[in-house]
Amino acid sequence: MRYSAFEILKQGLTGNRGWKPVWRDPVPKDEYDIVIIGGGGHGLSTAYYLAKEHGLRNIAVLEKGFIGGGNVGRNTTIVRANYFLPGNSEFYSHSLKMWEGLESDLNYNVMHSQRGLINLFHSDGQRDAFARRGNAMINQGDDAVLLDREGVRRHLPYLDFDNVRFPIYGGLLHPRGGTARHDAVAWGYARGADSRGVDLIQNCEVTGIDISGGRVTGVQTTRGAIRASKVGIVVAGRSGQVAAMAGMRLPIESHVLQAFVTEGLKPVIDHVVSFGMGHFYISQSDKGGLVFGGDLDFYASYAARGNLPMKEHVMEAAMTLMPVIGRARVLRSWGGIMDMTPDGSPIIDKTPVDGLYLDAGWCYGGFKAVPGSGFSFAHLIATDRHHAPAARFRLDRFRSGAGLMDEEGTGSQHNLH
Amino acid sequence: MRLPCPCCGDRDIREFTYRGAALARPGEGAGIDRWDDYLHLRDNPAGAVRDLWYHGGGCGAWLVVERDTVTHAVDGARLAAEGL
Amino acid sequence: MRVEGYGLVDRARPVRFSFDGQGHEGFAGDTLASALLAGGMRLMGRSFKYHRPRGVFTCGSEEPSALMTVGDTPNVRATVQEVFAGLEARSQNAWPSLKWDALEVNDLLSPFLGAGFYYKTFMGPHRLWERLFEPVIRRAAGLGALSGARDAARYEKAFAHCDLLVIGAGPAGLMAALVAARSGAEVILADEGARMGGRMLLEDEEVGGLPGTLWADEVLAELAALPNVRLMPRTTVTGAYDHGTYGALERVALHLPDGDAPRECFWRIVARRAVLAAGAIERPIAHPGNDRPGVMLAGAVRGYLHRYGVAAGKRVVVFANNDDAHRTVQDLHAAGVRVAAVVDSRPEVPRDAPWPVHAGAVVAATRGRLGLEAVQVRGAGREIWIEADCLAVSGGWNPALHLTSHMGARPVWNEAIAAFVPLPGAVPGLEAAGAAAGVMDTAGCLADGLRAGKAALKALGRRTKAVSLPEAVAEVGGIDAFWQVQAKGRAWLDLQNDVTTKDVALAAQENFRSVEHMKRYTTQGMATDQGKTSNVTALAVLADATGRSIPATGTTTFRPPYTPVSIAAMGAGALGDGFAPQRFTTSDSAARQRGAPMIEAGLWYRPSYFPAPGEATWREASDREVGMVRQAVGVTDVSTLGKIDVQGRDAGRFLDFVYTGRMSTLKPGRVRYGLMLREDGHVMDDGTAARLNDGHYLITTTTAAAGQVMQHLDFVAQVLRPDLDVSLMSVTEQWAQFAVAGPRALELVNAVTDAEITDAEWPFMSCGAVPVAGVAGRLFRISFSGERGYEIAVPARYGESLWRLLVAQAEMLGGGPYGMEALNVLRIEKGFLTHAELHGRTTAFDLGMQGMLKSEGDFIGKAGAARPGLLADDREQLVGLRPVGAVKQLLAGAHLFEAGAEAVRENSQGYVTSAGYSPTLQSYLGLAFLKGGRARLGETVRMVDHLRSVQTLCEVVAPQVFDAGGGRMRG
Repeated sequence: MRYSAFEILKQGLTGNRGWKPVWRDPVPKDEYDIVIIGGGGHGLSTAYYLAKEHGLRNIAVLEKGFIGGGNVGRNTTIVRANYFLPGNSEFYSHSLKMWEGLESDLNYNVMHSQRGLINLFHSDGQRDAFARRGNAMINQGDDAVLLDREGVRRHLPYLDFDNVRFPIYGGLLHPRGGTARHDAVAWGYARGADSRGVDLIQNCEVTGIDISGGRVTGVQTTRGAIRASKVGIVVAGRSGQVAAMAGMRLPIESHVLQAFVTEGLKPVIDHVVSFGMGHFYISQSDKGGLVFGGDLDFYASYAARGNLPMKEHVMEAAMTLMPVIGRARVLRSWGGIMDMTPDGSPIIDKTPVDGLYLDAGWCYGGFKAVPGSGFSFAHLIATDRHHAPAARFRLDRFRSGAGLMDEEGTGSQHNLH
Repeated sequence: MRLPCPCCGDRDIREFTYRGAALARPGEGAGIDRWDDYLHLRDNPAGAVRDLWYHGGGCGAWLVVERDTVTHAVDGARLAAEGL
Repeated sequence: MRVEGYGLVDRARPVRFSFDGQGHEGFAGDTLASALLAGGMRLMGRSFKYHRPRGVFTCGSEEPSALMTVGDTPNVRATVQEVFAGLEARSQNAWPSLKWDALEVNDLLSPFLGAGFYYKTFMGPHRLWERLFEPVIRRAAGLGALSGARDAARYEKAFAHCDLLVIGAGPAGLMAALVAARSGAEVILADEGARMGGRMLLEDEEVGGLPGTLWADEVLAELAALPNVRLMPRTTVTGAYDHGTYGALERVALHLPDGDAPRECFWRIVARRAVLAAGAIERPIAHPGNDRPGVMLAGAVRGYLHRYGVAAGKRVVVFANNDDAHRTVQDLHAAGVRVAAVVDSRPEVPRDAPWPVHAGAVVAATRGRLGLEAVQVRGAGREIWIEADCLAVSGGWNPALHLTSHMGARPVWNEAIAAFVPLPGAVPGLEAAGAAAGVMDTAGCLADGLRAGKAALKALGRRTKAVSLPEAVAEVGGIDAFWQVQAKGRAWLDLQNDVTTKDVALAAQENFRSVEHMKRYTTQGMATDQGKTSNVTALAVLADATGRSIPATGTTTFRPPYTPVSIAAMGAGALGDGFAPQRFTTSDSAARQRGAPMIEAGLWYRPSYFPAPGEATWREASDREVGMVRQAVGVTDVSTLGKIDVQGRDAGRFLDFVYTGRMSTLKPGRVRYGLMLREDGHVMDDGTAARLNDGHYLITTTTAAAGQVMQHLDFVAQVLRPDLDVSLMSVTEQWAQFAVAGPRALELVNAVTDAEITDAEWPFMSCGAVPVAGVAGRLFRISFSGERGYEIAVPARYGESLWRLLVAQAEMLGGGPYGMEALNVLRIEKGFLTHAELHGRTTAFDLGMQGMLKSEGDFIGKAGAARPGLLADDREQLVGLRPVGAVKQLLAGAHLFEAGAEAVRENSQGYVTSAGYSPTLQSYLGLAFLKGGRARLGETVRMVDHLRSVQTLCEVVAPQVFDAGGGRMRG
């Protein structure tokens, strides 16, 4: 059914009894052409684009828990294209363009809000680095504006300009950066995929990957064996475990990243603000909650929860930067499991097993990549060729050292990002 | 979270820095695959791990900590200098 | 209305406060809610979505409705806020007034604004969302407003350690604390209330032959007198974290007028064991019209009577499915409050009472715009309206088990009490007791608390001192699970977010059947109360709608914090410059005295430049300082560079392993430049290694990387090479070190050293001990400026004196101090590197330093650097740039292109890392990384800076532009 204001009116006048299920609950079939492991944002968008762009229909998405229950449902909802290294630059640019047409494509309001993102800098050296980034963004065809201190003040008058430990020199404004409603993205893709015949199978955990003669033949699940000639792994923090079922070790370590939301407040923060010196970024949801996050807890973990030191550090960053929000109260904090790669950039590639594909390593930046990742991964699975904007996300770059994308410059080793 | 430093006793995690899996460094002349293993590829288990932590906010010792990545339970810690 | 003879408030101490500008009076011991209720106020707020009138619903921290702005603080629960003289409270989310709220129109539109309606509309045209819909929605959403002022009030953080943390000071908590305290354990007893005693304060019960409150006071008095007990009232334990760590928020001064005390204190409590005795939270029954002001939880109605001496209404109807609510009936009756009817969903209820009893009946509707006026009772096939200004509802009690879920465990369903109870062992070291564990009678709670206290003592290895169990009420009331009334009209679940049973049903209809989907789709339980009173009921409604049992439907996850925590409290201490340590050099005050603007470098502060009279800009100062160094002599403080003392028999071999070059062959008294790689083959840092003695080196790091390098060296020494005899010590702060550079540097050095320094004994790259003005110092002949240079080091306590002496002497030689701006220009002229070039993605090969990688012997990063991808010819390599176009400016951060190429990503050839104006060469100079750059010297490239609209043509030159042969520094 098509969603519209008219439909809301019609249904509202008839007791809202006509709304249809947003997706089916199909019984898994014995065989699919393609099985996608993981019903998160990336998995759902992969299935959607396999169906929409490549005309494939016999597809299943297998989800251990509930659709959209992974990192797509537990993040700080930031959507941006402000990368500067080749590979990342073209990919996120492509993904942002897809965001800009997503709602009409999905017929679902994901509340993509291009409210502008400002990265603050605090020294001449940081300004130079952000200038390099901003110029790279414009080279890529995206938008960037270098703000001086007064420019930042015009946008963010509530920052503490006088007393901070790291004085504000300026900021890099990315006007097309912003936020989106995270759950809606998962549900919109799920609805779109389902309506194109994709079977979304929840509560179905993959327990094994069947390989015969170097070729994938299917998967074992808690709901029985399913045959498939192509299998895509899109399971974020669980990539290591699923890859191990195919005998692979990945350049991935799973870490916990926390995020926070406050009680609802009348509008106070209109942009997305990022404070690198404090590993702090914040925006305000349409509901009024301040949504913010910080750095990794920094230890390998599969417990989707964090500890106090990072929580306190995040609040401290908030207080030094914008003491105007001191009286806001944190309502809820949560943790997601991040699939951290050595260089902090993702992987969309074939694996040594024929027919087995991998989309992983999104670290703590996967949300904004949902459209682009699904599009590029679907392209790879359907055509066996890399999609140009994601062509550099190779699995073997670590081994060879060629094409590393270490945006932070902290090193292509684990535990440095 | 707290870790049992063999030198200092139970200490808050904010005194420590994490490094990751406790792995043996390849010897001189090791091939590119061996290095790829050491530098990049990980078992990344959901469960028991042995990993390296630095007590930089305390005695400066590098520790091998036995830990569970799902429950965060810590089984023990010893000095890395005594061997991985 | 106050009820004479009831309540624990101090009627001798009236307190004046205001609500929406109107004066009110309460008593010491009142909350905002109890004082307003006492004054007959029922309307206290508006709901989030439909702006429906709302009153107070509970008498505790679980309150979903009575939220107000108190002073500058929004979203304060009136049920928790204690009144104080001069308190100013305002209603929120209502305009123009609480009584007449324009957005109440939303309520009329509610058929169109059901769960998730916004996902189905507002989808374009492009950018209309940001320009039209979103601003309107944002303004309508939110609850209270921040004041817009910088929160400069005081907040604190603190640590506490104990053997046993008891969370909650009701009957169970008091018994656990008492037995542990008497047995000598270090006990912290924390309770969110202003007064300890928990449910005892809200009931009329006897414990141990005393009124419950007196019994609690006696126990508390004994605990307070013990040295091993810390009582923490007004302290909410907000989170359970790993290894016995708990977060707790103490409301230190929120009950006082503004004063000196910190408003709140955030505690990090480390407890070897913990007992969760947080009690239980009552839940309502979802029935149509259950959201009007005047509809309250039955236990809360009872609580307001006993704790505050307040009758919540003049004519009360009680609606319940359990026996406990009948105590409310009895207590109200005893206090002379009229009970208009008792409605019990269970058919088998005794009817012989002084009040009308409707067994097997339900409340099917209510009436009253701004407050309850009547309820419709439906039972035995008929419906009657009963006038009432208060409806006391109870659907049973849910254990307050939230903390036991903070590590991800799901609670388990207990059919007997129709509620979830904690999963044992869910949080290691923490055990639930009393009502929090599902024990619902007072005697049981006392016994369970004692049991939990004893169990904790046993786990702590302590012997238990005898504690006798006081007598108390031992009957557990019956309950028949009953969740929702099936009748026409909207029945609310989440009162704040306006989630009704229809929304949950719609979610199920649309196949949002997972409890997580339902929650996210309807926003059930996502309001400030996190659904404390509504989640389980909503779950039951979902179970019903999907034909599953409650346990099969599952639960959502409780996450910290238990109740909201202010950012200011958890971020205490960071306001202003408190966010990170500040490190000051010994010359800091001298530099500031000369008017030098200080800039942040690492955690240090360094002078940007030293302004001279008549200089209008930093450039003038910097140009002068550069000229001073090139022509006479300059002094700058380099103490911020990391200094690491490396000693031991194998110190040289150790350094060979961490540097790309060979340090073991360095002769004592000599210095060598060194490059350290990460194991991935990229450059980590550079610096110098000085061999002071056979087994004694001093190495330097860059300012920013000092900590990282120290940690790295410790790693190598302890983990990779424990076979080597080497000791490491950071001595950065022990030595003050000053660079002296320029043609007249030797003269200046000789003006401060006690022994004469000569070129014969002190050639370039030499080092050693020298007496400096009577102090044992060190001298290094090294240069970061390209001029004849020395660095003089003295113990830090002499630093300021030496600095002042050096500056005074330098000025006599036509020189003076120079800052970071000049230092940067000097090094760019020489092609020397900083973190602008060593930015973590560059290799020795990229920097043109591949010759520094020794071929013999292993070292960190050797194998990584030899990977093919790190040696490719098309990598970006370090070059120098000089502008040759019409525009003579270079900008760091600009990108490079071939002269005729369009400035787009595909054509980017590299980027400028550092740029500055060289007064020496009368030209801008830059350092840059350029694809295959070393083979392109002499080529003309185009520099484009889109951001600042600057572009120019540049000549590619070698990085070392000035004195390429190095004759000046070798002298």
